[in-house]
Amino acid sequence: MFDWRWDFTWEILPRLIVATGNTLLAAGLGYAIAVVLGLVLALAQRTPYRVLTMAVREAVEFIRSTPLVLQIFFVFYVGPQFGVRLSPWTAGMIAIGLHYASYLSEVYRGGLESVPKGQWEAATSLNLSTARTYFRVIIPQALPPSLAGMGNYLVGIFKDTPMLSVIGVAELMHAATSIGSETYRYLEPYTLVGVIFLAISLPTAAGIRLFETWVRRKLGLS
Amino acid sequence: MTNEDIANFPLALEGDNVPMVSFKKVTKRYGDLVVLDSLDLDVAEGEMVTVIGPSGSGKTTVLRMLMTLETINGGVIYVDGKPLTHMPNGGALKPANSRHLRQMRSNIGMCFQHFNLFPHMTALENCMEGPVHVLGVPKKEARARAEELLEMVGMADKRDQHPSRLSGGQQQRVAIARALAMRPKVMLFDEVTSALDPEVIGEVTHVIRRLVAEHNLTMLMVTHQMGFAKDISDRVCFFFGGRIEEQGSPEELFGNPQRERTQQFLSAVKEAT
Amino acid sequence: MSYFEFLAQYGDRILSGTLITMLLTVLATVLAVVIALAAGLMRMAPNPLIRGVATVYIEIFRGTSLLVQLYWIFFVLPLFGVTFDKFTAGFVAVGMNLGAYGAELVRGAILSVPKGQWEAALALNMPPAKRMRRVILPQALLIMLPPWGNLLIELLKGTALVALIAVADLMFQVKQINGTTFLSAQSFGTALIIYYILARFILTPGMRWLEGFMMRKLGRA
Repeated sequence: MFDWRWDFTWEILPRLIVATGNTLLAAGLGYAIAVVLGLVLALAQRTPYRVLTMAVREAVEFIRSTPLVLQIFFVFYVGPQFGVRLSPWTAGMIAIGLHYASYLSEVYRGGLESVPKGQWEAATSLNLSTARTYFRVIIPQALPPSLAGMGNYLVGIFKDTPMLSVIGVAELMHAATSIGSETYRYLEPYTLVGVIFLAISLPTAAGIRLFETWVRRKLGLS
Repeated sequence: MTNEDIANFPLALEGDNVPMVSFKKVTKRYGDLVVLDSLDLDVAEGEMVTVIGPSGSGKTTVLRMLMTLETINGGVIYVDGKPLTHMPNGGALKPANSRHLRQMRSNIGMCFQHFNLFPHMTALENCMEGPVHVLGVPKKEARARAEELLEMVGMADKRDQHPSRLSGGQQQRVAIARALAMRPKVMLFDEVTSALDPEVIGEVTHVIRRLVAEHNLTMLMVTHQMGFAKDISDRVCFFFGGRIEEQGSPEELFGNPQRERTQQFLSAVKEAT
Repeated sequence: MSYFEFLAQYGDRILSGTLITMLLTVLATVLAVVIALAAGLMRMAPNPLIRGVATVYIEIFRGTSLLVQLYWIFFVLPLFGVTFDKFTAGFVAVGMNLGAYGAELVRGAILSVPKGQWEAALALNMPPAKRMRRVILPQALLIMLPPWGNLLIELLKGTALVALIAVADLMFQVKQINGTTFLSAQSFGTALIIYYILARFILTPGMRWLEGFMMRKLGRA
């Protein structure tokens, strides 16, 4: 590759590594929110109250079908319009957490549907409460089929963190763009961003597949 | 079903010899299809009743409604004199809320055709689950009780195995132990041998025989094993079209069926075996 | 101003942005389908070099984010002599990104065609290319339509990123409008609704119709 300057590369690498830390933090936090919120959304679509169930269903569909970057802008800018100032981090976490929560709720729904009906009946015959039925019988069995989807979205959320740069969150993409506009050199920063992403996402994806097998074995399901 | 109809039902069954299970004018509908048609059925305490009949006759529905797996469209079901599907409210009965159902449900236990053991728990854990988390029994006591029951069904040495490692007959025996661990007053067996290979049916029927001989449990069983039913039942009910076509002691019903439909069914079953 | 006044004043800009978004989506889809078919088939080639090229392409485009790829194509590629105008850079990036995901769908669908079909074609002495074109691919096409439906919605959402390199699509227009009016709820909200309508009421039914069409053509319906 002509015109690639290695000295420049080493110069900017530390700054990019630090920014990567922010990226991982954003991805991790956003994912944690999404995992919990997604379960809430999935369970909210199984209540006996039809209005609530349908409202949540429509909301989830809406969030899944519209661009994340637009949702990030919406959350960040709508606040001030009504007097609420959100920091870029807060707005970013809300937007990305909500977006991925709706993806994960679909994954959970699939997992819950895959549990055989007889399990629910057995739980009823033992007079287990609804909460116990979910937590001790149904969710442990809904988990393994959900893991593949959950893993995919972990990698996905990590790759989507660059979108947070548009509202000024100081993650990896933001750092690279800053370097680019300061030095007018885009080749090294953007290529390094790509390399760093690959270096993290590929092993993570492989590790997730191993984790899936381990969980299956641990729960005695294979 | 109007409130007026329900108001005619007693708040509780009283007197001597109150049946353990009592279906009073029970109706169950799926859309336009009437599966149970104003059914009256009493089961005395300690009695073992087998229900037979062609598919679609409503026999499994009887068990499922008793286990509150199905809702009721007409009439009232009583367990040990108290209403199951309804609850007393201001001097009359009204449909039971979930709290009442949970209270009453602990009197009933059920074993299913497809076992429905929890695959992510060992045999022992399956048997401890109900007592610990529903009855609030301390873990040590629940474990002791579970081991005793597994011993009784001949599965003590497999207590730490997961269901995926057990044969059908073994799983069904564990399922029986699991249901018994809840100390129900009424045990329901819904075609518990229909999904088993012929050579292991015996191990399950053996366990049920012991239960009948050694315990005073009230039991309702749906089965196609006529010989077995004849041996252990106190009474056999033949269902047809959502109603009891004929009932009597095993000798009476199998030996001398009065109704034509009963005779047709029994000879068709004999043909098949 | 009321929402209606807002729409009256800015409706034409929003509409033009929507049309650009739709155009980008169509172009990116065509590109993605072509790439997916090519890369998917390459992944199944007996030659390891061909397989390797496809695998590298797929892993790179699936392992990095669309935004990074977009910026790379628009800002860095010119340094290698390949310059795209921003509109082209936009749909090329989206097409190449989703083509990588599509390649896996193509491969999975081809593998799902029952083995008996391959054997029957062989028994008729069909050459491999013909077998693929006349027997396997039509059946694979039907199998892959439902997941492609989801992919196309991702593609539509992906086009929104081109606004960040100043392509005048729907996202860009509302961003501009927000910049001058600060009516964030109206501007971004309208865009959200339009994307939703495009995804739920145009793309999804369209794919369903396509599925029905394919099923009739294959005598399956």
